[in-house]
Amino acid sequence: MADGSIGLWTVPLAVLGGAIRVSTPFLFVSLGECITERSGRINLGLEGTLVMGAMSAYGISYLSGSPWLGVLAAGITGALLGALHAGICSLPRVNDVAVGIALMLFGTGLAFYLGKPLIEPTAPRLPAIDFGWWSDVPQVRAALRVNVLFLIGVALAPILYWAFRTTRWGLLIRTAGESSDAARAMGHSVLLIRLRATMVGGFLAGIGGSFLSLFYPGSWNEGLSSGQGITAVALVIFARWDPLLCLWASLAFGGAAALGPALQSVGVTSGYHLFNAAPYILTLAIMIITCSPKRTLTGAPAELSITR
Amino acid sequence: MTTEAADSTEAVGTIAPAADPGFLQRHGATIEYILIPGAALAGALAVFGIFVAMFGKNPLDLYFYMYYGAFGTWFSWQNTLTRAAPLVLTALCTALPAQLGMVIIGGEGALLIGALSATSAALALQGLPPLVVQIAMVIAGVTGGGLWIMLSGALRQYRGVNETISSLLLVYIALAILNHLVEGMMRDPASLNKPSTREIGAANMIGSIPGTDVHWGLVFGLVAAIAAYILIYHTVFGFAARVAGGNIRAAKIVGLGVSKLILTICFLAGGAAGLAGMVEVAAVQGRTNANLAAGYGFTGILVAFLARQNPLAIIPVAILLGGISASGGLLQRRLGLPDASVLVLQGIIFVFVLASDALYGRIGFLKGKS
Repeated sequence: MADGSIGLWTVPLAVLGGAIRVSTPFLFVSLGECITERSGRINLGLEGTLVMGAMSAYGISYLSGSPWLGVLAAGITGALLGALHAGICSLPRVNDVAVGIALMLFGTGLAFYLGKPLIEPTAPRLPAIDFGWWSDVPQVRAALRVNVLFLIGVALAPILYWAFRTTRWGLLIRTAGESSDAARAMGHSVLLIRLRATMVGGFLAGIGGSFLSLFYPGSWNEGLSSGQGITAVALVIFARWDPLLCLWASLAFGGAAALGPALQSVGVTSGYHLFNAAPYILTLAIMIITCSPKRTLTGAPAELSITR
Repeated sequence: MTTEAADSTEAVGTIAPAADPGFLQRHGATIEYILIPGAALAGALAVFGIFVAMFGKNPLDLYFYMYYGAFGTWFSWQNTLTRAAPLVLTALCTALPAQLGMVIIGGEGALLIGALSATSAALALQGLPPLVVQIAMVIAGVTGGGLWIMLSGALRQYRGVNETISSLLLVYIALAILNHLVEGMMRDPASLNKPSTREIGAANMIGSIPGTDVHWGLVFGLVAAIAAYILIYHTVFGFAARVAGGNIRAAKIVGLGVSKLILTICFLAGGAAGLAGMVEVAAVQGRTNANLAAGYGFTGILVAFLARQNPLAIIPVAILLGGISASGGLLQRRLGLPDASVLVLQGIIFVFVLASDALYGRIGFLKGKS
């Protein structure tokens, strides 16, 4: 980073690069949670799912030599944790928020336990596509090294937006989220719809985790995720359960999260930890601005316990 | 530990009905509150046994070392009680707001802020008599932690921000503030590898209960839990809080000041966790550094749920969970289990306890004949 030719331009460039790189886990978790919450249930356990996904992706990638198998394994792990969440929530009088907290602790604990032997070895990582080939400036090239998962996530947002509006499955999920009675009257099992929605949500969150361990930062350790999962869950709330807004919010978050390391690279080190907390402060600030005690949020699924 | 759980269920299940046939009908609810969490605990231990068996460890060894490391010797009892002290206090951080129907999971953040405030108070008052410094530390710790959680409560009440998410976000913000101050303004230049604040001084430490190695924090915890119990179940304020938790509309109709209830309860809850931070500084660490983020705040959530948010039940549950974490070291040394195995077990217990909520009112022999 000693390249003086671009000087302070490093910071906006790194923030841009961060918006692309760091946003991917936020994007996947928030899209997954969007599906789950639209079906009328909140899964706070995605923080644990994210960490489990990161660990299993790294482990499978290391054992098989194929990072893509790792991504798949992360997704399956996430779906299983989602099924566990949905299964327990199907029992009568069980609170989905509390189960989420339990699975957050369980997921992180299990990942640390199983991931102990994975801290040392190096697993094959996901490849990146070089969109910065036209530039001579290394920082620009670094910022534009884009991972395929990011592109998949970006494509997924409009697809989900469309699916919620027009497909049979999208309508069923929304019906279950708006009025479980209506879904039941139509002859559908609300529990089954929510089970599937939570499993798909977990699948996506697991993939988000695989990005952490297989691309950026690109290794497995116990400090890999510190609250990205829960931030992404909060992000869904102020993205008004809209997949497209989830995409923009994730990009903003990625940029905010990249601010600390970027400033450090140009020599501003004093507020390093505070800048690292930027995404959490940003989440809180946006929630304070957008929430209101007088009305429920527009777009909030009526069955969601957290908004009632 | 399994033996304990089994003993308690047997004692309740077999002796009670023989002694008095009407006993079950009258005390059915109380028995449920002991029987069901006990069964959940036993189930979780069984699943954890299977889990470690998959890694080639003998589950019976596991149970033995867990018992031995937690309650087997006077030494392990002291270790257990030392760990239970902050757990009682952080569990109150979840249990008190739960009376109002709020789910606060940010005890870890309040603990860190409480520790920072208490340390700052001690460093500012160096040279004064230890008792003055200690009282100032308690006040600072309680106030710091209390305001931290009160922020979550205020956001919920005045802005409609979900308190579960805001309190968890505040944990990460608290950790960032702690790291920022410990590595910057408040850093002791002599702390090279582990950035820390200066020490509060040996004279200002709160010390051990005579005849033991257990620090006075345990007494703080016990007093706080009993006070919380009296507040919730034997005062008008606590009654109002429970009314508001049961039905917020009814509370507003009868003219309860819901805002005041929420803010006060959240302050007390955060104050308890802040006191835990003060205790960890003044009895264990002697200074503030990142070691304080040891997860007591998160285990406290589990303690509160396992105790069904009852401040008195928190005491035995905290001792039990303190025992589990105390045995972690022994499991690591004797069985070669990773230190995260305690986290896995806690997670399994949590899942079982929540799933067991479905059982209340469904156990045949407790229903009585109608």
